[in-house]
Amino acid sequence: MLSPAPDKLPSADVAPAQLERGVSPWRDAWHRLRRNHLSVFGGVVLIFLSLLCVVGPWFSPYEYQQTNLDNTFSPPSAEHWLGTDQLGRDLLTRLMYGGRISLMVGLVATFVALTIGVIYGAIAGFFGGKLDRAMMRIVDILYALPFTIFVILLMVFFGRNIILLFVAIGAVEWLTMARIVRGQIMSIKRMEFIEAARSLGLGTRRIIFRHMIPNILGPIIVYTTLTIPGVMLLEAFLSFLGLGVQPPMSSWGVLIKDGAERMEEYPWLLIFPGTVFSLTLFSLNFLGDGLRDALDVRAAKD
Amino acid sequence: MFRFIARRLLETIPVLFIIITATFFMVRFVPGGPFDSEKATTPEIRANLEAYYGLNLPLHQQYFNYLKAIAQGDLGRSTKYASRTVNEIIADKLPTSLQLGGLSLLIALILGLTAGTLAAVKRNTKIDYTASSFAMVGICVPTFVLGPLLVLIFSIHLGWFSASGWYDWQDRVLPSLTLGIVYAAGIARLTRGGMLEVLNQDYIRTARAKGASEARVIFKHALRGGLLPVVSYLGPAIAGILTGSFVIETIFQIPGLGREFVNSAFNRDYTLVLGTVILYAVLIIALNLIVDVVQVWLNPKLKFE
Amino acid sequence: MQLRRAALLATAAFALILASGCGKKDSASSRSADGSAPKILRVGNGAEPTDLDPHVVTGVGEHKIITSLIEGLVTYSKDGDTAPGVAERWDISEDGLTYTFHLRENAKWSNGDPVTAHDFVGSFKRILTPTLGAEYSYKLFHLVGAEEFNLGKLTDFSQVGAKALDDRTLQLTLKHRTPFLLESLKHYAWFPVHLPTVQKFDGLTRKGSLWTRAGNFVGNGPFNLVDWRPNQKITVTRAPTYWDAANVSLDGIEFFAIESSDTEEREFRTGRLDVAYSLPLSKIETYRRNHPDTYRATPYYGTYFYRLNVTQKPLDDKRVRRALALAIDRESIIKNILRDAGQTPAFNFTPPSDKFTSEARIAGDLAEAKRLLAEAGYPEGRGMPRVEILFNTLESHRVIAEAIQQMWRTRLGVNAGILNQEWKVYLDSQQTLNYQVARAGWIGDYNDPHTFLDMWITGGGNNQTGWSHADYDRLLRTALESKTEADRMAVYQQLETILADEVPVIPIYFYTRIYAISPKVQNWITTPLDNRAWKWIDLAN
Repeated sequence: MLSPAPDKLPSADVAPAQLERGVSPWRDAWHRLRRNHLSVFGGVVLIFLSLLCVVGPWFSPYEYQQTNLDNTFSPPSAEHWLGTDQLGRDLLTRLMYGGRISLMVGLVATFVALTIGVIYGAIAGFFGGKLDRAMMRIVDILYALPFTIFVILLMVFFGRNIILLFVAIGAVEWLTMARIVRGQIMSIKRMEFIEAARSLGLGTRRIIFRHMIPNILGPIIVYTTLTIPGVMLLEAFLSFLGLGVQPPMSSWGVLIKDGAERMEEYPWLLIFPGTVFSLTLFSLNFLGDGLRDALDVRAAKD
Repeated sequence: MFRFIARRLLETIPVLFIIITATFFMVRFVPGGPFDSEKATTPEIRANLEAYYGLNLPLHQQYFNYLKAIAQGDLGRSTKYASRTVNEIIADKLPTSLQLGGLSLLIALILGLTAGTLAAVKRNTKIDYTASSFAMVGICVPTFVLGPLLVLIFSIHLGWFSASGWYDWQDRVLPSLTLGIVYAAGIARLTRGGMLEVLNQDYIRTARAKGASEARVIFKHALRGGLLPVVSYLGPAIAGILTGSFVIETIFQIPGLGREFVNSAFNRDYTLVLGTVILYAVLIIALNLIVDVVQVWLNPKLKFE
Repeated sequence: MQLRRAALLATAAFALILASGCGKKDSASSRSADGSAPKILRVGNGAEPTDLDPHVVTGVGEHKIITSLIEGLVTYSKDGDTAPGVAERWDISEDGLTYTFHLRENAKWSNGDPVTAHDFVGSFKRILTPTLGAEYSYKLFHLVGAEEFNLGKLTDFSQVGAKALDDRTLQLTLKHRTPFLLESLKHYAWFPVHLPTVQKFDGLTRKGSLWTRAGNFVGNGPFNLVDWRPNQKITVTRAPTYWDAANVSLDGIEFFAIESSDTEEREFRTGRLDVAYSLPLSKIETYRRNHPDTYRATPYYGTYFYRLNVTQKPLDDKRVRRALALAIDRESIIKNILRDAGQTPAFNFTPPSDKFTSEARIAGDLAEAKRLLAEAGYPEGRGMPRVEILFNTLESHRVIAEAIQQMWRTRLGVNAGILNQEWKVYLDSQQTLNYQVARAGWIGDYNDPHTFLDMWITGGGNNQTGWSHADYDRLLRTALESKTEADRMAVYQQLETILADEVPVIPIYFYTRIYAISPKVQNWITTPLDNRAWKWIDLAN
């Protein structure tokens, strides 16, 4: 949706200068992003965690399903850096395997929700009228349908598979995004620079995606960073319903849920998954904030 | 505006109809029925049971009967809670959920809006970092961790509030706080984001240039535009908050409606599923309508379309 | 946007919401007989009861509440034996087919009416009436004609084996010997209801009439229903009309509806409960170590087992089934997963009791298991189709399934998988034999091995394995015809031998009830089905 093409039309007061300069705002954004230390930190941590989850298990002496019933609930030690769980399985290994699932679900499902939500909301908000009304009533309907039932049905008719997980999550998570985007689009569509773009005779698609959406990136990015933890925890609920990851495979959501039940007795089972989960979210957030600032043309002028 | 609202109310009828119809058939296609239990009964007893609840009729017949009943305001009889009607269950539990939701919502709005506005205005200062970090903690700690954690600290160790239940005011503090903090986090993030977006807009600069006081700029001008995304988010969020939260109600043993939403699906309590879905649908539709009205009010450039 | 006004408004709204509904202070206080502080027992009671109508409900939690409100023909003694209830004595005919109960004169309903034999006959008629759709009507099928009446094949109730010879004499005629009849009578399906009250609320053939609400309820038990707050608690107080009121020690009981055992444990810890219905797995060691005075783990008449679908490859081969059963290290599961809370490893299906302990066992070592698997054509598990363990989503089931999966994989080389399903989908999968291995549990309906062994009759509703064995069916039918109890137990030994040989199910462990109880609670006895009469319970100060 975000094309790297350098023709984002900025707000009216800077338009001529920017257009003449012809310097890519995207390259500008990249420079600004790199200067933002917190964002860089967030990005580095994310890359590190992803690498750890993808590569880490190859170096682990344990398998995620390998039980050792004589060594259950062992606290962190030299053999098991993060301790073991109720079946004596190595928590670090399970955390890394679980991270693959959670990161993938968190990012892919959020991306699905983001894409649908932004496009849907933008179209409804831009055109307004009957189309908007019909589209928003569909959103109302989808909000109200019972999610648990929907998920069980999905599973019964299509079997369990990871694609369904994205379908199930995508089906609910885009709705609020669509409403937010619609509201924002409606609020800026009468602004001068949009009128200007229209009077220039630009196509609808171009106006929406090149001029309007970049101007409402702030709320989109913020809501996206709100969606990711929601999605990761939703995954734990879906695996409760039998969709998604099957035991003995795990995910961060499931690990945190298990850990929460024993936080008094075996705190490490909650602390480590919780920390990794939080670290990921903080990093995503810093990155998101940095991205928002970097892409904000108006702020850049100050 | 009245035409706008009237039209929306009119549109509600087909929307509700679609929701009811879709839900009615969805629940029937899910495997397992209301009377499946670990101890199996004989097929004959089961037939008696199904006959009792009219589940032996052809599906379309049941559907029309149901439509007829709800047209008269009768949501039917719960199959799980044999002695209660769905109307009664909702009437009994909705007030509790509204109370919990109302308290949580207030906490969420007060904390969220304050933190978000402060963070945006004092951008990239210690205040911003503190407020934003608190918001992030609210996002990172799920309710099923936060709830028990608060109970451990404030109830078991300090003994200030009750661990669970819903009898007097000590019981209300921890659940409202748990639920409130989660939404406060979201509101704070969205407020900050929305405000930052607006604070750089021309009309704010104009207001500042005209010598308006900073407070006036923020409260009179900036919040209006900055709250737009928050308002969009609040529509469905309030519907969710008011109809109760499954996790919170379970952790704190609160007799609210939130648990019925989830448990009725697990119990295949068809009528209760439909009843809760209808209630939720009405709330969602109403709140989204309110959101649309508020958005126009916040942004006079918009018109009721 | 007037912020100050908004803040003011918010504060006001806050106060308003807080105030609304907080007004009524919790007041379960009833006056104790001697004017001292009332003895109110506060009990965690699991999920919200679906109803309090003994002919409608099916749950265990409901059983606990109903036994405080209604008393049947027999009840529990202070030691947990069978004791006279409404019936003060009974005669059993020579052939064991006729039971004559003599009701006590002073048995009264809470409105003062006497409890008569007609009340029982009318109540039996009610639960057997087809249009009521009672799930537990089958519990009365021991009576002549009861099944036919319930299925609508017989419309004249006078032909059913339950007659009131006079106001105080009730005669039950059975269609076959039922040595455990007195045990079954403790189940609420056999309980009487006050028919005029039920009728007043139009509930004779209708579920969900309002007669079970506080204020309407008329019972004959040691306590009266005074308050029912859905999903919160049910309050009962001592009934002055109860025939044995002098022996009732408590002034009242509060049954708290608490679904989550974690929540319940925290309530117990903060002193809001005297009895926690169950302890979460994670808390067992803490309690055993730090609070041994409150920790209870008592044998429970039930078995945790895996059903095997014998209609499909590879589990149609009993050698494979045996091999899988032998490869499970039950001791390790009990010690390390269940945290050694007193469960016993199960090598046969029926839990041991003072009546019956199985001699047959699924016995053999790992080498035997490997040999069997090789004989079946899968040496080292090679070539064996994948076997999946189905369970309903609950952490304790998941952990055991994960452990067993790992045992089968590493010890036998069997390609085993795990599958979790939501409760009703899981039930459906079992009923339609759409599974390979499924976790299951069974708690006896009454204290007799029959309740376990009659499950495996061909085509029985609870069989759900597709397993069928002609000898087993024949023997099971002869069990109830046995002349003596010793003969009957001998038949059960034979049945267990067949099960241990055929392995349609893999028993894993025998249950323990694990809960917490305040040392203040007196006379809290343990019985195999965890039932007791409330009238004996007392609270020390």
